[in-house]
Amino acid sequence: MKFTWFNLMPWPYLPDDFREKNRSVWVDIDSRLFDPVKAHEVYNTYLDLLEYASTLGFDGIGCNEHHQCGYGLMPSPNLIAASLARRTKDVALVVLGNSIALYNPPTRVAEEFAMLDCMSGGRLVAGFPVGTSMDTNYCYGQIPALTREKYAEAHDLIIKAWTEPDSFAWNGRYTKLGHVNLWPRPVQKPHPPIHIPGGGSVETYDFCIDHTYSYSYLSFSGYIRGKALMDGYWRRVAERNAPDDSPHRAGFAQTICVADTDAEAERLYSKHVSYFYNRCLHVFPGFADAPGYRTIKTIQTGALSQYAPPKGWGEISWKELTEGGYIIAGSPETVRQRMEDLIKSLRVGNVFCLFHVGDMPKEKCMYSSRLFAEKVMPKLRGLFPDYADDGRFWCHPIPQVAPGSLPRDAMVAAE
Amino acid sequence: MSVELKTIQTPHVPVRIFEGGSGQPLLFLHGAGGVMADDPFLAALATKYHVFAPLLPGYGDSEEAPELREMLDIALHYLDLADALGLKDPILAGHSMGGMIAAEMAALDNHRFSRLALIAPAGLWLDDHPIPDIFSLVPYEYPPLLFHNVEAGAALFTAGANFDDPEWLKGFLITNARQLGMAGKILFPVPDRGLSQRLYRVRAKTLLIWGDDDKLIAPVYGQAWKKVLLGAELAVIPQAGHMVIWEKTAETMAALSRLA
Repeated sequence: MKFTWFNLMPWPYLPDDFREKNRSVWVDIDSRLFDPVKAHEVYNTYLDLLEYASTLGFDGIGCNEHHQCGYGLMPSPNLIAASLARRTKDVALVVLGNSIALYNPPTRVAEEFAMLDCMSGGRLVAGFPVGTSMDTNYCYGQIPALTREKYAEAHDLIIKAWTEPDSFAWNGRYTKLGHVNLWPRPVQKPHPPIHIPGGGSVETYDFCIDHTYSYSYLSFSGYIRGKALMDGYWRRVAERNAPDDSPHRAGFAQTICVADTDAEAERLYSKHVSYFYNRCLHVFPGFADAPGYRTIKTIQTGALSQYAPPKGWGEISWKELTEGGYIIAGSPETVRQRMEDLIKSLRVGNVFCLFHVGDMPKEKCMYSSRLFAEKVMPKLRGLFPDYADDGRFWCHPIPQVAPGSLPRDAMVAAE
Repeated sequence: MSVELKTIQTPHVPVRIFEGGSGQPLLFLHGAGGVMADDPFLAALATKYHVFAPLLPGYGDSEEAPELREMLDIALHYLDLADALGLKDPILAGHSMGGMIAAEMAALDNHRFSRLALIAPAGLWLDDHPIPDIFSLVPYEYPPLLFHNVEAGAALFTAGANFDDPEWLKGFLITNARQLGMAGKILFPVPDRGLSQRLYRVRAKTLLIWGDDDKLIAPVYGQAWKKVLLGAELAVIPQAGHMVIWEKTAETMAALSRLA
């Protein structure tokens, strides 16, 4: 099992009447709600929390990419990962990921990921999302019906740039380059492990299966609602005759809140969870799925966007959120049971754990994370013993150098 | 006058096309919303012209053509179709997105078309008059943008169904994904593919038709088109929105007769 401590980096100062006064937390969010001075503290707190998580025994610390989004302060996850590379060791840096259809040329992503892999000594786990429609189409202007083709070409170019030792010309439809000659190059060979965040597109299942990439479902709807989607994925794994059904072929994101008792968890965390589901997920439905972004095949399988829930998030109570598995919250034993249920029912070897929720203060987040790391995680480690050695979907670090290794007496010696 | 739905082979996918009426041949290119057999404007055209109204691939029941990716592909596709239909110099008419494509065709194949009718065409962009993003609307937001008479327009738009009807919504979602997915190749995120720098090539006598209450592509765009299409005539129709062809069908037909 691989547990990644994941932070979405939500903006914690959305006003109480945010839903009433704003139509969307994403794309056209009112920029006057952003305060750069407060952001200085917010960013540093979030980075501190990621670094703290790396001391607790999590396998990875994670970040992702969103644009013009009130619940994500990471338009550039690589900046976050670069700062973490210097301040952590032994922990995987899980960047889930770079939306490769957005970058021209996409070799930029190959370069930055190679830099991160070198800086961190082979600790990069690379993610290549197609990207949400909000980010990809509405914020970054990609033509919806062409996004997948552009994504596929970007992927092929990046993999070739990582693995081909000689300079080559690339004559793509979306990118043309006369001299692709990546410098620097990744530590991990043939390239860092790749995870693909998806939202139920059949094409994305097949893409992961065919390339031996891990499919991850980054949902806010929780594992009970996520089961239908993951079942669809595993059916596809069987149908396409994948050589195995290793649980590491899949990952799932889950909001988790741990306290001494179930009642204490509700008392400590319910308002922050409510902040997240009420304000952070308040996305205008018109931005959820640009026409042409999803294939007809996918729409017909019923995969509708999680960003446009049928009755709106606001009406969902703590009881419904916990019983419905949207969030897993309670005492360490309650959380252990629910997590075991999640891991077994979805068959996922990767869990992206969301401990920082909405406007949660750092002390509560640290408390919840530590309880999980000490009292829950050890009891879940042994699941899927048959696949304990499956290293195809995780990073392979080299011996780490210590940052800050300049000789202290260099100035004296130079004199 | 009724129209018939036929299939015509092209070098790309087979094209579905409505054909009907008699008179001068007129090639009509529909807007981003598409065109259906019971379209009142199509029926009106068929009373006076021999009308050919092809569906852009992905519209209606027609096959999608993923190989058509950009404006040049689409304009050439329609020129192929005109060849397949044996149309030498039809009146070339287009509404909204169809007007944008028609203008592109008239600029590309500029010795072929002598008469061009552009009804509230897309294709130009004025920073002071940004065209609303039709790709991020929820269904009930369309009628106020498309019609002068919003209530009557909503009834036309949904063909009488309720916006909250889940079955209607599901159908709308799938249709939109196909149709606007295709339209997005030339309209998303900003409906300008550089046409203005090619319009000097157009030799056809050109008529612009605009509803005076067009809230999608404001009537000021009519003036902008006149500036780049020297000699074009502009007919502004009162009490009509972007769907002027539905709201003021007779007036649109009367304006069109100026070309004949």
